[in-house]
Amino acid sequence: MPYVPHTAADTEAMLSVIGAKSIDELFREIPSNLKVAPGSLNIPSALDEQRLMAHLTEIAAKNIDCTKLTCFLGAGIYDRYIPATVSAVISRGEFLTAYTPYQPEASQGYLQTIYEFQTMVSELYGMDLSNASMYDGATSMAEAAIMAHGIKGHEKIVVSDAVHPHYRQVLATYCWSIGLEVVTVPSVNGQTKDWNADGAACIIVQYPNFFGNIEDLAAVRKAADDAGAMMIVVADPVACALLKSPGSYGADIVVGEGQPMGIAMGLGGPVVGLFTCKKEFVRHIPGRIVGKTKEVHGDRPGYVMTLRTREQDIRREKATSNICTNEALMALAATVYMIALGKNGMTQVAQSSVRNTQYAISKLKSIGATVKFGEKVFGEFVVTLPKSATEVRDKMISKGFLAGLPLGGYYKGMENDLLVAVTEIRTREQIDAFASAMKEVLA
Amino acid sequence: MTSGRMQLMPEPKLIFDKSRPGRIGCNVPVCDTPEVDFTSIVGETRNDLHLPEIAELDLLRHFTNLSHINFGIETGFYPLGSCTMKYNPKINEQTARLAGFANLHPLQPVETIPGALEILNGVQEMLCEITGFPTITLQPVAGAHGEMTCLMLVKKYHESIGQSNRTIVLVPDSAHGTNPASAARCGYSVKPVPTDANGNTDLVSLAASLAEFGENVAALMLTNPSTLGLFEPNIEKICKMLHDAGGQVFCDGANMNAMVGTTRPGDHGFDCMHLNLHKTFSTPHGGGGPGCGAIGLKSHLEPFLPAPVIRPTGGKIVADYDRPQTIGRISGFYGQFLMEVRAYTYLRAFGKEYIADISRYSVLNANYVRERLKDVLPPAHDRPCMHECILTAEKYKKEHGVRALDISKRLIDYGFHPPTNYFPLIVPECFMIEPTETETKETLDEFCDALIAICQEAIDTPDLLHDAPSMKIVGRLDETLAVKTLDVRWWPAS
Repeated sequence: MPYVPHTAADTEAMLSVIGAKSIDELFREIPSNLKVAPGSLNIPSALDEQRLMAHLTEIAAKNIDCTKLTCFLGAGIYDRYIPATVSAVISRGEFLTAYTPYQPEASQGYLQTIYEFQTMVSELYGMDLSNASMYDGATSMAEAAIMAHGIKGHEKIVVSDAVHPHYRQVLATYCWSIGLEVVTVPSVNGQTKDWNADGAACIIVQYPNFFGNIEDLAAVRKAADDAGAMMIVVADPVACALLKSPGSYGADIVVGEGQPMGIAMGLGGPVVGLFTCKKEFVRHIPGRIVGKTKEVHGDRPGYVMTLRTREQDIRREKATSNICTNEALMALAATVYMIALGKNGMTQVAQSSVRNTQYAISKLKSIGATVKFGEKVFGEFVVTLPKSATEVRDKMISKGFLAGLPLGGYYKGMENDLLVAVTEIRTREQIDAFASAMKEVLA
Repeated sequence: MTSGRMQLMPEPKLIFDKSRPGRIGCNVPVCDTPEVDFTSIVGETRNDLHLPEIAELDLLRHFTNLSHINFGIETGFYPLGSCTMKYNPKINEQTARLAGFANLHPLQPVETIPGALEILNGVQEMLCEITGFPTITLQPVAGAHGEMTCLMLVKKYHESIGQSNRTIVLVPDSAHGTNPASAARCGYSVKPVPTDANGNTDLVSLAASLAEFGENVAALMLTNPSTLGLFEPNIEKICKMLHDAGGQVFCDGANMNAMVGTTRPGDHGFDCMHLNLHKTFSTPHGGGGPGCGAIGLKSHLEPFLPAPVIRPTGGKIVADYDRPQTIGRISGFYGQFLMEVRAYTYLRAFGKEYIADISRYSVLNANYVRERLKDVLPPAHDRPCMHECILTAEKYKKEHGVRALDISKRLIDYGFHPPTNYFPLIVPECFMIEPTETETKETLDEFCDALIAICQEAIDTPDLLHDAPSMKIVGRLDETLAVKTLDVRWWPAS
């Protein structure tokens, strides 16, 4: 086993320094009835590297992945272009195999990238500041609600039903465990208008929302102000390269899923949660945050984790959150992505998504499908089909397409509705083929 | 003294200072669908986006140079206690990048991902056998997330048997900060359990607490081996005491590396536990994440698991969403799938033949370091340690004004990453050294020689340590100033 380097001579020499006769002797404090003999566990036998790669390759081949299917499925995780530089950077052992930068003098490289990450995420969302990352978009949103509760003291959390259903499920779990009430308000025709937010700590809206529609954030801000509640926006960072930023509408907390920025879909994990807020709330923010400082005995600048007294390892049960490990490597991937594309590239990706989506809408309309909530969407839309969306989705797989997400499982009465995403990497040819296949399936 | 392992570079600039209008760092996909009027579709668009504009080569130089001033396991010895900084095999990175894994959408029909389900089920089955728990779920995305999920299962279980009055969680004074924080996150109040002079759980005090408010105790969160690096010899008794009082016992599995293939927490009497696959099962830490937090549980907690439950039935593996008593969803999708691919690869590389090597050689290495350093840095307890040793630098503070932190910072000058300091909180001027099984005797000897030399420096030239590290990259950083100035981002010139 090459991962364990001890030769028999090493083991013998080390035991003799310790003054033990055998390795077993080092385990003498474990009651003997609780021990298992080495080699006695019932797990499969060891595989050498060649066989291991062959074995995993064979298992991977059993999946029908998105190199075999053309992906029109989104709903929070998107099939987007990933620059080659992303993998090159995050594969570097100095980053990949580092721990949390508790010793800043040995971790300046990573800390600087996190400072850059915080800057760019803040820029995209139009917010004062960002933390160093959360687990994913869903848990970021739940943490934001709990943060609002901590600031406002109110126990009611109001969320639009046009927020991703999985995010709302995670919110419900987190709120149940801590005793907060979640009130879900219905959207009408793809827009959330009536918030009913009296006595709420916060109202939560998605931008663009789960159906791809662009919510009126100015109206949301007004609703929050009227109720004295905080305004939380779950925003797609790629859309924010084109749309006016949530921060420009006065959002208090903006969170989101960073996966569309350079991270493989990977069955949904690992991804990265984004978390930004106004400066006045910084002491309530969950998770790590990196700040710039300088030397104690000199003037050279450097970076450290800061505001540490909010965190669990110091503050224990009074911490702002229990989060410790975050998604640093995925945040690094997003950092490389935001730099590689830069201002013009990210805008171009967002614009291409809109163009491709509009083209797909026109093609699907030409075969008789109806767009449910209008065409003013960013990169995703709901199409109503003449038959079960699940049935259509399943048939489309045999034609080589992941056609979208059937919504019947999430929303009552939407059994024939399909949520279709069209990213910048879909081509005119693929969209034409998608519409043709759909026409055959619907016939 | 060596000059350290990290390379020198000119003072690093922020990427924003290298930006020039009109440059780009990648070849963005060309759009071939018709032009549209964006404003009429998405409303007013923004013109205030400040992202850097950098050429591709300069992007790579930026990160390559930054990597040179960052310490990873592949840079050098990284004995950070409680973090299990072992080698992360390269084959795991290759398998996780296979197209059939990396390009799966989490919402594609489960019928199209039999290979993914096979991986998840395979990891679950191997972890069941290794931990002694009948059920494992891989949904928690990090260790603290796993702790929280376990406590949610406990909470739901108590609700289901009409015992919502159990609102207290007991946490030893040696526990990781995530334990009390996770308990608070689940709405529990936290009461401490002291550690006795031998480093074990104080049974007298525990019994007194249970006698006083046992009917309100939901659970005890116990780390075994403890954060003192010691196996809890009374573990069966402790579990029985809690069970007799109607409470549950959670095992913090941060220290599972000491037990793999040697002893199984499920056999100790625990009701549930979390694992850090990013510690014990070698998925890379990535500079602070992704983590990967499987949990194991006994059958009475199984009905409350988050959906979907991945399990074999009728000759195939299914994703079971029919979970009427579930606590609900805990994260966006299936958990850290690509981390599970890495863990699966790792476990299959060891196999039944070698899996116990993990605990056996990690414990050998820790005891070797403990023995070699005992004259300069005495162990906190006079007992064999498990996979990590806890030493104290108290005498250098008292006699020479040199703190554990100063010694740690000096280690950077010698080319080693420092161990964990000041944790557990109950040992003064504490070093927590976890060498892991993947280090050679030569590396451990170099490290011990360095620490012995530094302890002599603490006596002879204490100021050398106060000023450490003295490398050219950056000197000791002012963390108080960082809080005061709170500069957490770059701002564009307005």
